[in-house]
Amino acid sequence: MNLLRTYILPRILQWALVIFVGISATFLIPRLSPRNPVDEMIGRMTAFASIDPHAVVSMRESATALFGLDGTLFDQYIRFWGRLLQGDLGVSFGNFPRKVSDIIAAGLPWSVGLLTTTIIISWTIGVFLGALAGYFHNRRWSQFLERFVVVVYPVPYLITALVLFIIFGAWLQIFPIMGGSRGEPALTWKYISTVLYFGFLPALSIVIGAIAFRFIMAKALTTTEIANDYVQYAELAAVPKRKIILFYVARNTMLPQVTDLALAFGAIFEGALITEILFAYPGLGFVLYNAIYNADYNIIMGIALLSIVGVATAMLIIDLLYPVLDPRVRLR
Amino acid sequence: MANDVLRATIRDLFRFSLSFRFGSIILLLVGILLLLSFFSPFESDDRRVVPRNKPPSQEFILGTTGNGQDGFWLLTFAIRNTLMVSGVAVLIGRSIAVMVGMITGYLGGKTDRVISSIVDSIIVIPRLPLLILIAAIMQGEMTVLSLALLLGILDWAHPSKRYRAMILSLRERDFTHTAIFSGMNAVKVVVQEHLPFLIPLLLADAVAGFLWAIGMEVTLSVLGLSDLSAPSIGTLIFWGNYHHALLRRRVWILAAPIAASVLMVVGFYLVSLSLSEYLDPRTRLSRLTMEE
Repeated sequence: MNLLRTYILPRILQWALVIFVGISATFLIPRLSPRNPVDEMIGRMTAFASIDPHAVVSMRESATALFGLDGTLFDQYIRFWGRLLQGDLGVSFGNFPRKVSDIIAAGLPWSVGLLTTTIIISWTIGVFLGALAGYFHNRRWSQFLERFVVVVYPVPYLITALVLFIIFGAWLQIFPIMGGSRGEPALTWKYISTVLYFGFLPALSIVIGAIAFRFIMAKALTTTEIANDYVQYAELAAVPKRKIILFYVARNTMLPQVTDLALAFGAIFEGALITEILFAYPGLGFVLYNAIYNADYNIIMGIALLSIVGVATAMLIIDLLYPVLDPRVRLR
Repeated sequence: MANDVLRATIRDLFRFSLSFRFGSIILLLVGILLLLSFFSPFESDDRRVVPRNKPPSQEFILGTTGNGQDGFWLLTFAIRNTLMVSGVAVLIGRSIAVMVGMITGYLGGKTDRVISSIVDSIIVIPRLPLLILIAAIMQGEMTVLSLALLLGILDWAHPSKRYRAMILSLRERDFTHTAIFSGMNAVKVVVQEHLPFLIPLLLADAVAGFLWAIGMEVTLSVLGLSDLSAPSIGTLIFWGNYHHALLRRRVWILAAPIAASVLMVVGFYLVSLSLSEYLDPRTRLSRLTMEE
């Protein structure tokens, strides 16, 4: 009972507070924009046809009410929470009258698929290579690997993606540079192979930087860890090196790595913004980018909501799991 | 005195750290390019001053653009603007971070809990979408300076937590109590007694801030969300894409800014790497044994 009150409850409260503040901020920021989505929609509708001015006025009124943009900011805010708690995210302004939840549901599988794959690949390779390079830090191959990573790691993500785009997409033209797949979605190898083919370059652009980051972290953690006496003892006791690295050293460095893994999964709902924009990949990041351009508040809100809840929940789970994962973390 | 220490530190770094040697040489090169921008024969917004779309040659080392600008001199302006944006951003971000870190770390208690949970909430908000959102709202009105301000305002939450942790431990040291008991007020204690301890951390952190700010400047500009009339690494790439440099096989227009951005970040990263290695007491020990 004491555990619940002193450890679990405050963290759940913090989780709720973080989500509340985050959502309120994302509610407010787009509304500071001088651009009015109602005007933009009416502008689109009247661009090619002349409409009776009275009709335009009544259209504006009904659109404002429909978008939930009537009344004072505070009224909107109260109504927004009311709708949200009923699970209603509203309609898209840009793709009226499609529902926000439908649009998000269409983008979600792309982002989840792309990011789950890349996170798992880069995390595993990075941790493994980093631990090896940290343990054998005097070998030539590990020093070469480190120099290579040191040059790759700081390069902005967009530049990596752009260089891949230029070399493989535009110059050699061996990979497609737009879209997520070809043909009708179906569970056939023909369709799935196009998904893999279209996803390869976006995935590669994410994996390169992510492996470099994970490698640097794993190597630093391992270098610190092998200074411990128990490693020397294990070596003197002729424990196989493979066993020392995998079962003793790597295991002791897992805590921050698992934290990052969980945070990365929590952040999936943001989509891979830059990659998706650059390769016109139909995931959540691309949806978000278009929504920002069209002042489509409801979609921005919907994606922000998912990503804030995702990250905050991941943090909560880690916090709650810490004492279980590592007995050295004492409950205080 | 302080000058001597600094000089000795830099000499040591140069002698013992390979990454510092390479990093500082790269940054020196970038610095020279930046300074050259002040001696450019053209203004940054001059157009049609040289033949258009010429590939690199002896006359035009980095070729010329579709607007008739000299690629090399344009690049020097771009480096200057990008470094200015990230420099101002780092300055603003670290100032806020130091202040927040000092207040929460030193005062502790309720103030600390309230501010810390606000900081935690801010950390959760994804920064890149937020940046794109604000930049899209300000479209057309974004200047080099407002971009710098914006980046600075968004980059303080993480570092402030590191400074807070440092101040938390400094507060428990004996000299803090001595200072308080001898009648020093809180502001003086923090600024005169604790700030000097933060400076090394601040230095390594500032370089990391540069990396982030350069990356964001490039990203926002390539997406067309910054001041596109001012040359910067990102806007050069944006205009290259805009004029279909790839389709028309004018690779040099894109290659120069991409190479420059890679040089800049690698230079900064190598220096920060050597700095944090130098500041780490454990590696300092191994360095001392090496010298013997």
